[in-house]
Amino acid sequence: MSDTIVLLPDQSTARIPKRNYLTQENGLLSWLLTRDHKRIGILYLISISFFFLLGGSLAGLIRLELLTPQSDLLATDTYNKVFTMHGVIMIFFFLVPSVPATLGNFFLPLMIGAKDLALPKMNLASWYMYMAGGLLALWAMITGGVDTGWTFTTPLSTHFVNTNVITTGLAIFISGFSSIFTGLNFIVTIHKMRAPGMTWFRLPLFVWSNYAASVLMVLGTPVLGITLILVVLERTVGIGIFDPTKGGDPLLFQHLFWFYSHPAVYIMILPGMGVISEVISTFSRKRVFGYTAVAFSSVAIAVFGFFVWAHHMFIMGISNYAVLVFSLLTMLVAVPSAIKIFNWALTLYKGSITFETPMIYAFGFMGLFTIGGMTGVFLGTSGTDIHLTETYFIVAHFHFVMVGGMLMAFLAGLHFWWPKMTGRMYPEKVSQFAAVVTFIGFNLTFFPQFILGTLGMPRRYASYPPEFQVLNVFSTAGATILGVGYLLPVLYLTWSLKYGAIAGDNPWQATGLEWQTQSPPLTENFTQIPIMDHEAYDYEWLERQKEKEVASVG
Amino acid sequence: MPQISPVLWQFLVKWLTNFALFPPEASRIAPQLDALYFFIVLVSLIGLTIVILLVTSFSILYSKKRHPVPVQIEGSTLLEATWTIVPLGLFLVMFVWGALIYFRVFTPPANAMNIYVVGKQWMWKAEHPGGQHEINSLHVPAGRAIQLTLISQDVFHSFSIPAFRVKREAIPGRYTTVWFEATTPGTYHLFCSQYCGTEHSHMIGDVVVMSPEDYKTWLASSTSGASLAQNGERLFASMSCNACHNARPDARGPSLANVYGAKLTLTSGQTVTVDEAYLRQAILNPSQNITQGYAPIMPTYQGQISEEGLIALIEYIKNLNSDYRVQQTTTTTTLLPGGAGKAAPAKQEPAGQGMVQQ
Repeated sequence: MSDTIVLLPDQSTARIPKRNYLTQENGLLSWLLTRDHKRIGILYLISISFFFLLGGSLAGLIRLELLTPQSDLLATDTYNKVFTMHGVIMIFFFLVPSVPATLGNFFLPLMIGAKDLALPKMNLASWYMYMAGGLLALWAMITGGVDTGWTFTTPLSTHFVNTNVITTGLAIFISGFSSIFTGLNFIVTIHKMRAPGMTWFRLPLFVWSNYAASVLMVLGTPVLGITLILVVLERTVGIGIFDPTKGGDPLLFQHLFWFYSHPAVYIMILPGMGVISEVISTFSRKRVFGYTAVAFSSVAIAVFGFFVWAHHMFIMGISNYAVLVFSLLTMLVAVPSAIKIFNWALTLYKGSITFETPMIYAFGFMGLFTIGGMTGVFLGTSGTDIHLTETYFIVAHFHFVMVGGMLMAFLAGLHFWWPKMTGRMYPEKVSQFAAVVTFIGFNLTFFPQFILGTLGMPRRYASYPPEFQVLNVFSTAGATILGVGYLLPVLYLTWSLKYGAIAGDNPWQATGLEWQTQSPPLTENFTQIPIMDHEAYDYEWLERQKEKEVASVG
Repeated sequence: MPQISPVLWQFLVKWLTNFALFPPEASRIAPQLDALYFFIVLVSLIGLTIVILLVTSFSILYSKKRHPVPVQIEGSTLLEATWTIVPLGLFLVMFVWGALIYFRVFTPPANAMNIYVVGKQWMWKAEHPGGQHEINSLHVPAGRAIQLTLISQDVFHSFSIPAFRVKREAIPGRYTTVWFEATTPGTYHLFCSQYCGTEHSHMIGDVVVMSPEDYKTWLASSTSGASLAQNGERLFASMSCNACHNARPDARGPSLANVYGAKLTLTSGQTVTVDEAYLRQAILNPSQNITQGYAPIMPTYQGQISEEGLIALIEYIKNLNSDYRVQQTTTTTTLLPGGAGKAAPAKQEPAGQGMVQQ
């Protein structure tokens, strides 16, 4: 018995289908004016990869500066700008759009058996808003940068810094529309455009988690937009809403900002969780254990996610009783994540497991997300939060969830669906190697930061007491390994566009509707609208289909 | 060690000699907080071990080689209930335990010694009740409850003492408090942990915990000659506060004797308890805080008085315990050098104002 499920067509005769969404039309304009959700997904993929590499280089600069206790590589002002731009780019221009706008855009219609998203023009507009915001942010960065931190804390951002706060704020405001458009589009599409037979409880879990994230995007992003506009108005005309000398309240800003920015972490992580459900099921040949529990836990996260924002403010002088309420609610939001982890683990039980690259990333996700989630409980617990908040413990926790969790999930999904998107396989051995390198590099980078945080090293410090150096050296060493781990996929995925093996329709023998059409898919996705006559993740149905095919072809 | 490069050698030496893994426990609350910390560490490790054990054992037992045909299982309500209720129960234990510690950290005992701390870009300024000032350092005696009352003059700062496991945000326009009782004499890190601009990472200092005897010596050697309340008294006179708040029967402002801690009814009908925050607001923003029965004639002092000045004034007002004490201020300060011209008696003030206007 072989130890892989990969089933490729005979490479000597196989061809990429002549007619597909890539060859349908040619020329730059056919891309820039496309309304095809798949092409828009590819546009997003290229743009977020660019921003990821930019944000990653900035992270490299941060780690290099922190190699020594003195601030010697970068002046403190430059360092502040670098970590601010790292945060702004990674959060607003990579993490938020990463899975939904690329993989979600590409696969959500395919997975529910639709021809496209409900509002294709709005989908294209969303990419243009994203690009407008992104270019404006780049412009702000090139013309002097911004040094408020990605949190834009008032009154620092409104009265005390002389950098491009307004431009950056407007950039994020504009790119917020791309989130809202995508979210709205997903919600309408999932409600209205499911194929016949595709009931809510036959939806792949990726769709459920994107649905939950879309609700958060549509409800949360406007609050961020309003908050940033208030910051811009405070800076330009001094309306005084956050200014204590004019009777404003600087804490109000924090409430408004975290009202979006806490749900935002669920916008970032939920679609990633959806990817993990798909990958774990496919490579263990089993229906996801407790499908309904996993689906509803996404919804629960989306609902509770809106009522925990003040746990970012436990030491900021909000009332002790508010702290009690928000600490309790934070504990509640931790539970659905635990439910998901255990359900994924139990999906493996009595499966038939293979270890292709997406699965390795998914295992990495489970380990790192468990650590990231549990360390979140340290911070949700009001007592320990006093000591750990505003230190490297927060930095490590956030990166375990966002990089260890979300980025691992994104890479899992990218490898998993790469054959469908391009029609070609990525090289398996080197990509398994890259996944392991990423895992090792990640742990070496961010685990020492938990210890640094417990020691009390504050975040956003360009220099630090010398006894913290050893751990910082480990962290920087890890970051170089991590950098290699991220560069490798860029190289071999590009290579595979031309030289990868022809994938065929369903190399993983997965059950999703997206795998029952050609790779790369047609512009209209399916030759005829599929009819969903089986449950999600029904591998026995897939076996019967294959038998039927063999019987009819002979 | 000729084989090892000097740089690497230095690094190894540093590693062995100067490598912190856990912060010192130097306050009464620190061991309590650490107990909870290690409880959560333990629960996390158990949780992580369970996940790793499940994933690795299933990966070995049910790899495609060993287990080519999967067995489809829908799920299990019992298991779902288990891993909902058990984590929830553990999280609730942490919640209650954490809340107990949180309330302890932010509820100072009544007999705590109060030290004011002003945060500004980019330094910490501590104002001791005895009039001692310090910048980027804080001297405290061991074995005595110390309350810090924090405020920021500009942006958000955060006063963090990792060895004590306490941290509190210094907010512009608002007093916040935190308390601790240091146990072990020594020098500990003081950090600003809220990003506050260019020199954020240089807004650091030392917390020096001293034995009570050493502390007494330090107090005596660092005195500036006047206590914080005396400084406040001087300011009270020089800002002409006593022109109205002079505790005379015909005074235009209410007497401030024993006002601290009292319940006041304002012209708006609202009842307030006078604390530091109210006093600060009443000085900066008087029109919103007029005591019932008085005319809204007090001008605002916004922008005319620093946070340290406000602290000194508040400390003075807190210590006013009789009308006689107030009147004494009025009379003695006119004798102070430099204070004579400004601290004019009430009747002469309109003339003084007229002169300024001309």
